[in-house]
Amino acid sequence: MNPHLILRVVSKLLIPMIVLFGLYVQFHGDFGPGGGFQAGVIVAVAVILYALIFGIEEARRAVPPVALRFGAAFGLLLYAGVGIAAMLMMGAGEHLNYLDYDALHPDQAHHTGQHYGIMLIEIGVLCTVASVMLSVFYAFAGRIPDIPDEDW
Amino acid sequence: MSDLTQYLDYALIAMLLAVGLAIVRLRNLFAVVMLMGVYSLLSAAWFVSLDAVDVAFTEAAVGAGISTVLLLAAMLLTARESEPTKPSRHWAALAVVVAAGAALLYAVPDMPIYGDPNSPANAYVGLQYLERTPEDIAVPNVVTAVLSSYRGYDTLGETSVIFTAGLGVILLLGFGTKRRDPKTKTKPKKGKAAR
Repeated sequence: MNPHLILRVVSKLLIPMIVLFGLYVQFHGDFGPGGGFQAGVIVAVAVILYALIFGIEEARRAVPPVALRFGAAFGLLLYAGVGIAAMLMMGAGEHLNYLDYDALHPDQAHHTGQHYGIMLIEIGVLCTVASVMLSVFYAFAGRIPDIPDEDW
Repeated sequence: MSDLTQYLDYALIAMLLAVGLAIVRLRNLFAVVMLMGVYSLLSAAWFVSLDAVDVAFTEAAVGAGISTVLLLAAMLLTARESEPTKPSRHWAALAVVVAAGAALLYAVPDMPIYGDPNSPANAYVGLQYLERTPEDIAVPNVVTAVLSSYRGYDTLGETSVIFTAGLGVILLLGFGTKRRDPKTKTKPKKGKAAR
């Protein structure tokens, strides 16, 4: 019988809410405090909580290291790619500089391109930060077998 | 200065000082890691009191949240107690700290008064960002506008720094998939070592 029944039940309730809060922080970053860095850390913390309660092997099955490797590279490439897209797209009627998001959408009056650009690069930051934080945790925590209770 | 929040700032700084002293004096590493989390959370509260909510949020999430977990994971790989240091090393450290503290105190009179509207941070380019963000970017949070649009290059650089740091850790330690089992100590074959 598992001794941490209460912890398991409570964390099962909490983890979806932590991820939801991370997404709120991510997509509300234009209006209040927050953004990709903070959201990425919060999403990573949700998985780390899962790993602490249910064991690192379970967490590694839920979020495999291959996905993290992909996520870290994908986030950075998305960010850099938005910059190149801004150079190639003609939203403002002329070619603009790298990472000048006004080029992404022709609606210059409301700066829709800026909103698109900020949202896309923040998603890139979220992917990279969450993946890297979780990889570092896997790298450290995967080296120790399950922590005995008397260690705490 | 009839602003009452300054007393909150004093209280928070005093608590930071107390926690810092406790971290220096303790030898139990678990307690030290926990107190470092407390230190981060206190500084986050202080940043909120200084109206720097974005910085406070980052400090609370990164400093108090994930650093504590990573330090705990690192601590489990090593001893639970730190070795006692020789008294001679205390004196060298004290000399460095006193010298650095004296230099900082010497620089304090040159700093602008807290909330000074004519301070360099409020006068030149900072004011420009505040004035131009509504028409340039049309995003309510100026911090986000500066971070991701005006200074998009900087944030791209930060993201690649994080990516590179993670890559370094993965290359050095792997994903933790290879267990160090003392009974079956097999050397990794050449060519399979990289992962």
